[in-house]
Amino acid sequence: MTIYLPIAELSVNIFVILGMGAAVGFLSGMFGVGGGFLITPLLIFYNVPPVVAVATGANQVVASSVSGAITHFRRGTLDVKLGSILLIGGLAGATVGIWIFSLLRRLGQLDLVISLLYVVFLGFVGGLMLIESVNAIRKSRKGVQPVKAPGQHPWVHRLPFKMRFKKSKIYLSVIPVIGIGFGIGVLTSVMGVGGGFIMVPAMIYLLRVPTNVVVGTSLFQIIFTTAYTTVVQAATNYSVDVVLAFILMAAGVVGAQYGVRVGQKLRGEQLRALLALLVLAVGIRLFLQLVITPTDIYSLAIGGGNG
Amino acid sequence: MIRRIAPLLLLLLGTGLAAGPASAEVLGGAPAPMTPERLEIGMNTNEIAITPDFAGADLAIFGTIVNADELLNSIGQYDIVVTLEGPKDFTTVRRKERVFGIWMNRHSVTFKEAPASYSMSSTRKIEGEPGVPPLEAPGIGIDHIDLTPTDFLRGGAFLEEFRSALRRLKRESGLYVPDPGGVRFISSTLFQANIKLPANIPNGTHMVRAALFKSGKFVMEKTLPLRVTKTGLEQQITDAAHKQPVLYGLFSVFLALITGWGASLIFRRD
Repeated sequence: MTIYLPIAELSVNIFVILGMGAAVGFLSGMFGVGGGFLITPLLIFYNVPPVVAVATGANQVVASSVSGAITHFRRGTLDVKLGSILLIGGLAGATVGIWIFSLLRRLGQLDLVISLLYVVFLGFVGGLMLIESVNAIRKSRKGVQPVKAPGQHPWVHRLPFKMRFKKSKIYLSVIPVIGIGFGIGVLTSVMGVGGGFIMVPAMIYLLRVPTNVVVGTSLFQIIFTTAYTTVVQAATNYSVDVVLAFILMAAGVVGAQYGVRVGQKLRGEQLRALLALLVLAVGIRLFLQLVITPTDIYSLAIGGGNG
Repeated sequence: MIRRIAPLLLLLLGTGLAAGPASAEVLGGAPAPMTPERLEIGMNTNEIAITPDFAGADLAIFGTIVNADELLNSIGQYDIVVTLEGPKDFTTVRRKERVFGIWMNRHSVTFKEAPASYSMSSTRKIEGEPGVPPLEAPGIGIDHIDLTPTDFLRGGAFLEEFRSALRRLKRESGLYVPDPGGVRFISSTLFQANIKLPANIPNGTHMVRAALFKSGKFVMEKTLPLRVTKTGLEQQITDAAHKQPVLYGLFSVFLALITGWGASLIFRRD
């Protein structure tokens, strides 16, 4: 059964989109990630224009992060104050990101930059995760207890404008918090991701936020940055495909529920190694698309007088 | 019919024959007053509503050559070319080149007013064939669409390559459709032109142009507007996205919030 996507201007098989949404939802539930970094490249592989894939990806992440954030809020593992400070940076970053996005689109380099960013980020994060998880698997086989990071105070703790975050039990300068939020905000609007896969490690290793509140807090800020990005993308680039987004999110939230159940049965380091391989595979696929000679070196873009 | 032919006979006896070749110099535009032949066209509709399951269709345009020279007509000296030109917009053609092993867009040329779609139908190939001379048809035909770059300097020597790339890509996407042989004569002067509407025909006001040729020379043309409006839910969504973009964005977010919240209610495990 085919369905016409009005904004992507593409007829697609609805079951492929449902399957894509469910699979990414399953993985996001299993690994506790938003899934935007998988949805956007998958849509691009399926010939959805990157402009639409990014904006629609952001819209889809709103749905997947809401249900996660509600769960964390109920459990009390969500630091609203820390999330709000992150959000200030996030909204500013998303605004700058949209501006960059529109500029690149006018220059005709948007598709390239999106692909390059994905290759770099997926390669980097996937590689690091793979190394870390393989090491962890080796250690657990040898029976060595993982060594906790020593309680040193890194440079971020010497910055001014400190603030007390009760729920996270930390006393921290707002500068790095806003900085991380800003960086993630830029990525949200340029790549269509929530940014959890970068924010979570940054909060743990850089800000020393306790692990239990990290995921909930990052989800909280992701809801608002992706929601904001969706509205601004719709207003400036007309690139949010609500039909595509709805199919993805409907399948995604269902898939996520089953993913969570499977994820609880698997061991942490094995799970991370699997995710790392998946992330690397998507990155390599995108990289190949950049280096393989295209079937047609010409392309058309309609509208806009100053291209 | 007799009333229409009568003035022609008078004209033929007088200055008509001399005026014919001279008027061929007139490029497009209004019919020359001295030309005896005229073209009259009509369509069964001037508005087409495209439903979501639209998979392309034929548009029939009827026309007649008034005051046709029966002798020339009987030996097939009259040719008709009917085109349907879509709304015009700036169109940018980009070319990729390999830079440090990565394929990226390096050069681009933006053309003013390239028609979004262009279907044509004719009595024969306008480029001509072995033994048949081409029709002197300025601005008619896919290869003659006026493609003026916004900036002549940027295209440089490659301008023609970018022009042909635009035509080729438009043909490949089914938006530029030639159909030599789409026009057939029902009687000696009455003709029917079938224009193929591509499945992805753009919204907006299209222009039907019918051109009459005598012995390969342009005589006159007639134009009629055709409004193409897409209907259905998909189109309403597209309209909303372009006309009320902020509301549309807020609605998309609202839908996501409801979906996420609903899922956490349905699947709550306590």
